[in-house]
Amino acid sequence: MIGLFGFLFTMWILILIGGGIVVTILGPISTTGYGDLNWIISSTIKAVIAISLVVLWIFILLEIKNWIFKKKIKS
Amino acid sequence: MTELIIPAVVSCVIAFFTVYLTTPPLIKFLQKRNCTVKDMNKKGDVMIPRPGGPSIIAGIIASEVVLYAFLQMNEILAVMITSFLAFLIGYVDDRKVMGGWFKPIALAIAATPIIFLGAYDSDLAFPLFGEVQIPVLYLVIIIFMILITGNTVNSIDVLNGIASGFMTIASFSLSIALFIMQNFEMAIISLPLGLVSLAFYKYHKIPSKIFPGDSGALTLGAMYGTIAIVGQVEIIAAVALLPAVINSFLFLASMKRIVEHRQIKGKPVEHTEDFKLKATDDQTAPITLVRVILASGSLSEKQIGFRIFKLSMFSGILAIITAVLMGVSL
Repeated sequence: MIGLFGFLFTMWILILIGGGIVVTILGPISTTGYGDLNWIISSTIKAVIAISLVVLWIFILLEIKNWIFKKKIKS
Repeated sequence: MTELIIPAVVSCVIAFFTVYLTTPPLIKFLQKRNCTVKDMNKKGDVMIPRPGGPSIIAGIIASEVVLYAFLQMNEILAVMITSFLAFLIGYVDDRKVMGGWFKPIALAIAATPIIFLGAYDSDLAFPLFGEVQIPVLYLVIIIFMILITGNTVNSIDVLNGIASGFMTIASFSLSIALFIMQNFEMAIISLPLGLVSLAFYKYHKIPSKIFPGDSGALTLGAMYGTIAIVGQVEIIAAVALLPAVINSFLFLASMKRIVEHRQIKGKPVEHTEDFKLKATDDQTAPITLVRVILASGSLSEKQIGFRIFKLSMFSGILAIITAVLMGVSL
């Protein structure tokens, strides 16, 4: 149970950190010089970064899951 | 604030008592029509009526209609329509075995009324760091939010009382968070969800007299997701839902693909001689929250339920802390 509480708390911390990255990096992204296409280009860039962050977040969670639960599940 | 007290009290009373009073006749009706399923975690052939979704949606619609009469907000319409569509999707799945593609696609469609009613704000708020504007990406978030919350709540409906008890804790945490953020109207709109879940828990708790079925679980999940979107508390809602998210995450990480529960051959848990549950060492079976809880030894169904509720309370507290941190800026 302590492992599960730890995993839950780790997920929460990752959400807080992820939020910081999204607001400080993703938020300010904007493009100029493409006229009406500016918002599409900047949205696409934001979407690609956001998806990459989600993939990275899942990868980190998988590693943490293996670290916390490996012994437990094997036993 | 004071003018909201009467709508809040009336809608809460209606939400609770609609489910509390309509569930017993629904149980009798389902028993008469032989709409029952075997409770796999009981000795012998214990048959339980299913689905309880109709009484859940009745409680939600009745209370939200009353709130709409007082407040006339598009957000309430979005909650009602999306929840009702999710109920229909779940009801179809309860009555007929649908393909694995059905629920994800149908739930994505169920989310569209939120967009068409314009009942959202495309700014995504994070604790400590502020907001980010993502107008296009936010539309994708709306679709995925309903899809994820619906399926996540459905996937935790594995033992007597878990789904309704878990949703009671998660939705009251969300309501408290909305009150802390002084979003009083949305807090009041969210309260019926907790009361509907609580009233249903009375009949769903161990030993269950009725199962919510897909229609009940998807309705609760979709309403929760809609409140998260229209109340602008997406992150807080995700935090309160974390135990169920962990369940889905462990499941997907072990199966490495999206798969319907009925398609899985391996058993993650089995019964001991005294009919407690214990984790199996079946490599083909998915890893689930219950399996991880049982990794340290066998437990009764009731004990597992309380452990999940403890996790839910912990994530509820984290959600409330997150709401407090929303007002803090680094």
